[in-house]
Amino acid sequence: MTIESFPKAAKRELVDVQLRTNLRAATDTIQAKRARVVGELPDWEALRDAGSAIKADVLAHLDDYLVQFESAVTAAGGHVHWAADAAEANAVVVEVARAHGVSEVVKMKSLTTDEIHLNAALEEAGIHALETDFAELILQLDGDWSSHILVPAIHRNRREIRDLFARTIARGITSDEPRDLAEASRIYLRERFLNAKVGVSGANFGVAETGTICIVESEGNGRMCTTLPEVLVTVIGIEKLVPRFADLEVFLQLLPRSSTGERMNPYTSLWTGVTPGDGPQELHVVLLDNGRTRVLRDDVGRQALHCIRCSACLNVCPVYSRTGGHAYGSVYPGPIGAILTPQLIGIENAASLPFASSLCGACYEVCPVKIDIPTVLLHLRGQAVAVKAPAPERLVMRTVAWVFGGRRRFMLGQRLARLTQRPFVRGGRIRRLPGPLHAWTSSRDLKPVAPQTFRDWWRSR
Amino acid sequence: MRIALFVTCIGDTVFPEAGRATVRVLERLGHEVVFPAEQTCCGQMHVNSGYRSDGLELARRFVSVFGEYDVVVSPSSSCVGNVRELYPRLAREAGDTQLTQAVALLAPRVFELSELLVNHLGLTDVGAWFPHRVAYHPTCHSLRVTHVGDAPLALLRNVRELELVPFARSTECCGFGGTFAIKNADTSTAMLSDKCDELEASGAEVCTALDASCLLQLGGGLGRRGSRVRTMHLAEILAAE
Repeated sequence: MTIESFPKAAKRELVDVQLRTNLRAATDTIQAKRARVVGELPDWEALRDAGSAIKADVLAHLDDYLVQFESAVTAAGGHVHWAADAAEANAVVVEVARAHGVSEVVKMKSLTTDEIHLNAALEEAGIHALETDFAELILQLDGDWSSHILVPAIHRNRREIRDLFARTIARGITSDEPRDLAEASRIYLRERFLNAKVGVSGANFGVAETGTICIVESEGNGRMCTTLPEVLVTVIGIEKLVPRFADLEVFLQLLPRSSTGERMNPYTSLWTGVTPGDGPQELHVVLLDNGRTRVLRDDVGRQALHCIRCSACLNVCPVYSRTGGHAYGSVYPGPIGAILTPQLIGIENAASLPFASSLCGACYEVCPVKIDIPTVLLHLRGQAVAVKAPAPERLVMRTVAWVFGGRRRFMLGQRLARLTQRPFVRGGRIRRLPGPLHAWTSSRDLKPVAPQTFRDWWRSR
Repeated sequence: MRIALFVTCIGDTVFPEAGRATVRVLERLGHEVVFPAEQTCCGQMHVNSGYRSDGLELARRFVSVFGEYDVVVSPSSSCVGNVRELYPRLAREAGDTQLTQAVALLAPRVFELSELLVNHLGLTDVGAWFPHRVAYHPTCHSLRVTHVGDAPLALLRNVRELELVPFARSTECCGFGGTFAIKNADTSTAMLSDKCDELEASGAEVCTALDASCLLQLGGGLGRRGSRVRTMHLAEILAAE
């Protein structure tokens, strides 16, 4: 399952001026909010270090923590399922839904279930998965897909949403006020919540020592999905564990400030197994690998598994804010997607993604768990070149390296470049070049090789 | 002080004015500048594009050319960043202990120009005069790899009759990114276009930066739209009197 090359996908997305305007407005707002609340904490850097250290520990001892988590969940009355890939995970959810004879499950926003295309798998089994997150609902109603980790419909503005609602769940709605749009979805969803027998969730954290699952959210639909139905299925990536309950203290500070720019998120739900007479009476926890152990094998790349899906890296990314999330061809867009997707699905299937960055480093600066994204990008670029570099590019890069390998060769190269450029230089600049360099001159002038190089000047003085 | 100049491949070939200005500033301050003639390129393009073994060879070359000098200066924050931040990892990953040691000794002696002047030599006034409105574009690698901090601004504030003008989103990338500018030309151009808009709106006559590579992008974009904003390397402003 090779994804479309990023430059091609980006070219298509860049044409959409409305998309760029919507994105820019939204990411500017979130960025500013984040900067304000992060600035309030004098120990922010220490928190980042702690978050990073806890995640590194989890990854180093993942085998132990997973077994510990499994026994804690089981002891608390839950059922644990191990899923090596998407098909295995989906089969568990379908089986549970079938066993209870439902035709619909209510679902909270979950990247992990998007990653495994759970909705499609359920649909195939004749079961509708109703998305209950406001933005996810918008996308589901319109047959669209997420373009942002946290704000899936960031590429839509409220007029577009009003028009969609008028066509679907709220005929006759004329207002595009956020309050009215939210009310329309609330009316639509409330009854479905109350009638649902099976709920499906993802998880932000799983606590190894207690078997507790934690979700953080803004809208409260997640709490509905995880408390109202009799049966709950939680799909959790194996990297989402934290060792101790107390570790949540670190992440519950890092995550909301980094993601929504809030000091704390409106709803934090925690549940441990099954509690008789309170909430779901049947809990299934699906532990999902789906490429994660492959990522774990790479000692540079594995830090991508630290990710707590805050999306701060998307919001500061100058590439993401121009192309939007769809160009990244996966549920994980932006800088984190550029390093996670190629590792999850294999570099040969996403070889252009590590190059979808100008290496500006803004992502690393804001990452709450200190994933050194630029370093991982370089690491993956090396792998991409090894498996998939086009022969002409390889030849050019090798030749240039050879030219740089000696003073005489370099000076010869400078002279040759000056000669070759001659037909193209007009008034001290180059406006058009043939071949691959046209990619530069199609939108930019090129400063030519100087009439006198620095070293010639140095020798002459 | 005897200072070795690493002019960089692009500085030597396309932006010799930045190298000449660097020499002028340092000599005016009474330092001796030497130019090791064997120098070519630090290998940043290869390292950043996934051609690590080629980058490693160029790192070896850099270390052998500059290893003997006490202080190395370069009018490029990204090349300095490559030497200081990426060489150590490159050498370590290659399992080359000799290179690792040589890099550990050399890297702390390699400085970007403004960093050398302000943080190392303790100067903020280099006697420059430049009566123009100037926008300073802090390049990504100067901010987030080489960490030059406010050094360039401290220098610019002490240039006589220079008016420093702010512009929106100044710390955002210009879209150059090395081979990114070619491989992802459309995205690179979209980033550049916004940057040019912001620079033009600032009322600046000149946009300055520490990196010839970013100036190649900015100058290329501004030039194509016939903008009145010119690009100049920081060294050229510091050399003006």
